[in-house]
Amino acid sequence: MHCSAAFSQAATSATAVPTISGSRHVGALHSSSSSSSCTLLIPSKPINLRFCGLRREAFGFSPSAFTRCSNSQRVRLPSRRRFKGSNVSASLGDNGIPKSFDYDLIIIGAGVGGHGAALHAVEKGLKTAIIEGDVVGGTCVNRGCVPSKALLAVSGRMRELQSEHHMKALGLQVHAAGYDRQGVADHANNLATKIRNNLTNSMKALGVDILTGVGTILGPQKVKFGTDNIVTAKDIIIATGSVPFVPKGIEVDGKTVITSDHALKLEFVPDWIAIVGSGYIGLEFSDVYTALGSEVTFIEALDQLMPGFDPEIGKLAQRVLINPRKIDYHTGVFATKITPAKDGKPVTIELIDAKTKEPKDTLEVDAALIATGRAPFTNGLGLENINVVTQRGFVPVDERMRVIDANGNLVPHLYCIGDANGKMMLAHAASAQGISVVEQVTGRDHVLNHLSIPAACFTHPEISMVGLTEPQAREKAEKEGFEVSVVKTSFKANTKALAENEGEGLAKLIYRPDNGEILGVHIFGLHAADLIHEASNAIALGTRIQDIKFAVHAHPTLSEVLDELFKAAKVKDHASNPVSEPVAV
Amino acid sequence: MAHLLQTTFLPSSSPLIRRNQTYILRISGSRTRVNAKIREIFMPALSSTMTEGKIVSWVRSEGDKLCKGESVVVVESDKADMDVETFYDGYLAKIMVDEGGVASVGSAIALLAESEDEIAEAQAKAAASGSPSSPSSETSNSAAVVAAVPHPQPEKVKLAEPAAVTVGSAVHPASEGGKRIVASPYAKKLAKELKVELARVVGSGPKGRIVAKDVEAAAAGPAASVAAAGPAGIELASVVPFTTMQGAVSRNMVESLAVPTFRVGYTITTDALDALYKKIKSKGVTMTALLAKATALALVQHPVVNSSCRDGNSFIYNSSINIAVAVAVDGGLITPVLQDADKADIYTLSRKWKELVDKARAKLLQPHEYNTGTFTLSNLGMFGVDRFDAILPPGTGAIMAVGASEPTVVATKDGRIGMKNQMQVNVTADHRVIYGADLASFLQTLAKIIEDPRDLTF
Repeated sequence: MHCSAAFSQAATSATAVPTISGSRHVGALHSSSSSSSCTLLIPSKPINLRFCGLRREAFGFSPSAFTRCSNSQRVRLPSRRRFKGSNVSASLGDNGIPKSFDYDLIIIGAGVGGHGAALHAVEKGLKTAIIEGDVVGGTCVNRGCVPSKALLAVSGRMRELQSEHHMKALGLQVHAAGYDRQGVADHANNLATKIRNNLTNSMKALGVDILTGVGTILGPQKVKFGTDNIVTAKDIIIATGSVPFVPKGIEVDGKTVITSDHALKLEFVPDWIAIVGSGYIGLEFSDVYTALGSEVTFIEALDQLMPGFDPEIGKLAQRVLINPRKIDYHTGVFATKITPAKDGKPVTIELIDAKTKEPKDTLEVDAALIATGRAPFTNGLGLENINVVTQRGFVPVDERMRVIDANGNLVPHLYCIGDANGKMMLAHAASAQGISVVEQVTGRDHVLNHLSIPAACFTHPEISMVGLTEPQAREKAEKEGFEVSVVKTSFKANTKALAENEGEGLAKLIYRPDNGEILGVHIFGLHAADLIHEASNAIALGTRIQDIKFAVHAHPTLSEVLDELFKAAKVKDHASNPVSEPVAV
Repeated sequence: MAHLLQTTFLPSSSPLIRRNQTYILRISGSRTRVNAKIREIFMPALSSTMTEGKIVSWVRSEGDKLCKGESVVVVESDKADMDVETFYDGYLAKIMVDEGGVASVGSAIALLAESEDEIAEAQAKAAASGSPSSPSSETSNSAAVVAAVPHPQPEKVKLAEPAAVTVGSAVHPASEGGKRIVASPYAKKLAKELKVELARVVGSGPKGRIVAKDVEAAAAGPAASVAAAGPAGIELASVVPFTTMQGAVSRNMVESLAVPTFRVGYTITTDALDALYKKIKSKGVTMTALLAKATALALVQHPVVNSSCRDGNSFIYNSSINIAVAVAVDGGLITPVLQDADKADIYTLSRKWKELVDKARAKLLQPHEYNTGTFTLSNLGMFGVDRFDAILPPGTGAIMAVGASEPTVVATKDGRIGMKNQMQVNVTADHRVIYGADLASFLQTLAKIIEDPRDLTF
């Protein structure tokens, strides 16, 4: 971390904090600040990081929460950063750039992608502004990953408490576990508010200007926000995200026919809900609704549930997450018309065969959740002013997130990250893309390896993956002429999983036996979402199996599931890469 | 590091590879000699809870030569996918359940021909029997039925009454007069599990929808009211196709009509046998084993009763005495065989019998364990039946029907009246080779052995 001398004291305490983990960290901060008003703010910090994939840098300045409690610091910290930012701007001017800009970097959209980019930009010394037309935090924090994790935390506990068999096996006795819908809804809403405040404060604390209003690109390096405020910047990042995609013919009334935006408010728990789409969003909501007592009908256009997952994982997930639960499904069908409930009539859903287009069935349910994916939110962005034509709404970009115009040329100084470019519609992917862009504009070429970005579905148990699925890997191998091997291990062989009485699960490693390269890892099982990072980091850093297999895992932990995979993989001898020289300590 | 720690706490170092668990296919040799070289491949039971399996993929295709131990088919059970291998060499003659199809455990999924010449024969056989086949043909069949039969509206109304549901909510408003059934996902799942036909359930849920408790009520309710008509779970006045086992029994029974049989009965006093049984019961000896042993010892002295006539021109004295004992299993009848019952001691025989019965119940009997009998025992004594008549299984010489042993008032030779336990046995035999005197002397020998059972325990 780059710090001026005047800042060193604050920086020292800031960098020291993250190394202390968990509750002890909270306790330490609390006692040192000795201000009762900040007790609520501090614990929310780590949650913020866990759910949204925000970067450690945000954490590095975690005294922002601490700052809020002490007046002197709140004023001092931001002012120092801002001062530093303008310093850099001035020096650029000295370097002979003819035009002076209001900012070095303007980010349109303060979601997780914009936030990640902003924090990294500040670290790199850029004077940064972020434009937000709605609320800070974007989809993830307000209408996506964050509130859904709150609901899933509830559903996971409910499910456990309701599983008589599971409880009995642990020797526990629980009678008549129940829930209060409003209490659950409040938990989700409070969490979103908390994370949103943390996000806002972390940016304010670093001196990022938050400009409120809808952002429109007027021309190269020029943006309008609100009604008539015009600002200029050397570089612009579009990070406007996405909205739920609703296919035509479906009438969303927000009450009985809803999208994830409404569902996360949990205004009612229907007896029977149809979920259109069985991807991540649909699957997570099926977990929530069935735990709260609803029955669920999946409607999937493809022939198989959970398309996009590795087929083997999908199959196992279906056995565990669908078949034993109060869920049925229709596959290979489109919902062509969905009419909300009114005048005493239920929600009606007309289904047609996805291939023959013939009417197949009509369903009557209490509610329908549309989880058919997300559509980019790029309307009104003023892309026509710079001759950029969207493709199905997505902003076309190259591998460095540089925007491509209608003629196929790069638009200078304009980048697009996150859901708006559609490369990988995940909060943490947006953030990683933003960081990559900041690296480029500050003079270091950087191309993000999307195959190293993990994804997770927070059902119970969780599903996570990184890299290629087995069919993708085999296709690639066929084309490029290399061999592919697969090893698998069961959670039933893991002591910690068995101690938790959660032996259901599978982990699978797809790799090249000739050089030990990890092509993909897929996990279905307890805490899979947390386990995947050893694999994703290995892919990102290019670590080979023959090296990582010597890394030590604490026993007994779930991480041994991955250890098991690495050790079971058979890499050909000639590929052996000596482990780096042992260091004597 | 882990290896330095206590080893028992370590996960097994071999990766658990589910797909590589292989299971041996049970293949039955048809009991009719005509088709002896065409075997049926059954859906195996891959787990204790499995009732049906889905064919994920056929590893081999029709006409392929199979060697014992080779993977033939991948079956998906309620737990996992497993490769299933064949137990016999032969040719995969006919696939009866296509990929994606579902078959219940124990039902035939393919035919295995012993030689290439028999492939066509097997295929013809499969075509004739109208096998349960792929889901597509099933749906087209049922579609045809739906089109042909008017929906049973009157019946539905009749059934609605006992459920005491107001007429207004009895029919779902959008169910188009009962044509469409509206049931919640869990209700559908339960109905399948409890074998409740949704068309006969009246919904009490929102707008007349069938919900889980309606299905539960339907499953519990009719049991009492239908008791007069028949046991629960049996659909009255419906046509039920034969299961594989019923088909095999049917063929054998018809074939038995070609054999000229006659019957000889005998009453045997069992006091001594009962006393012996009481004495050695604690060692795991069963009455069935005792009877089988006694019969086998009697057969040693009367080899003609243990013979069989297959072609009407000659007969064979069987080299070993294999006592088949009829056992009622769920949905049919099977005859596990106690091989060389004359040679094995009673304890071995009892253990063997227990093992065979367990296997029969689990539908895991191998062909040689149920189709190699030379003499059959059928015992209905446990139901209180005092005498009955058995049909001779084709390919064997005789079958003995055993009734209950009951206290009977008898006159003894010394002029007194006493109480003795007596049972009646009735032997059916093939008169082409076994004559009345043969059976009579066999029964006399058997009675002697049973009335003085010292030899049974050696």
